[in-house]
Amino acid sequence: MSQGVGVVGLYVRDQDEAIEFYVGKLGFRVHTDARNGDYRWLTVQHPEQPSFQLGLFAPQPPTVDAATAQTLREIVAKGAMPPLVLVVDDCRAAHEDMSANGVEFTQEPVERYGAVDASFRDPSGNGWKLIQGR
Amino acid sequence: MSGQDPALLRRLLRAKDRMEAASHEDWPISRLARVSGVSEAHFARSFRDAFGLPPHRYLLTRRIERAAALLRDSDLSVTEIAFQTGWNSLGTFGRTFRDVTGESPGALRARQQAASHQLDRAPHCFVSAAHRPDLNIAVSEKRRREADANTSGSEETEVP
Repeated sequence: MSQGVGVVGLYVRDQDEAIEFYVGKLGFRVHTDARNGDYRWLTVQHPEQPSFQLGLFAPQPPTVDAATAQTLREIVAKGAMPPLVLVVDDCRAAHEDMSANGVEFTQEPVERYGAVDASFRDPSGNGWKLIQGR
Repeated sequence: MSGQDPALLRRLLRAKDRMEAASHEDWPISRLARVSGVSEAHFARSFRDAFGLPPHRYLLTRRIERAAALLRDSDLSVTEIAFQTGWNSLGTFGRTFRDVTGESPGALRARQQAASHQLDRAPHCFVSAAHRPDLNIAVSEKRRREADANTSGSEETEVP
């Protein structure tokens, strides 16, 4: 067992929609999908990164109160959550595939400083940078 | 301001994203409203409530940010940068740039190119956003306040 970060979570507005996006469009796999009443612990995994899970969590009671959940949904929808980075071997090819799958790009691939990057958002508003590894 | 519908906010974000991606283009309210699926009458107010500044001031900060990045990172002339970042007039660009950032495009270029960049290790896009001017008042208001400050400053020196 190696040490390190195991799960980092995002807030999403709808967990079914998030699976459709992260699994259906980006190619992640569901790692854990466990329900307990209204609560749903949902994590996905990049196929090449078995030691890390990305949590797709709904801001909802009882983990937060209803008013806080509403505030969190607003913050996510405004694109105000911290940046996320997805590293790929070929940014332009990934952009082409993902666009064909209906991913909403907010910046087309640009080459700068010897690397290529693009930007996209998930349906909830979380912003991802797509960066070609060097 | 809170209390906006997250579905509306997500659509307003789309208008903000589109301005950011193509800040050199013209963004009349009608075009922005269409992107967001909001009426023209409600767009500007909704955008301001969501993001804390009017849509065209946001566009201005984005243009200044891009111009500053080009001044720092490219060898393009100030004139070329003005036209690439969406200004129709070099004079307006220079004046607005100075009003927003406090220095002329040429002065900023000289200072930035002389300084070493601590942010080189962060992805460029985030660095760029960090350099976006925080324009919390209108440029016209900023000009007026600076003019007032100069006036009152000179008055003070006259009072013993």
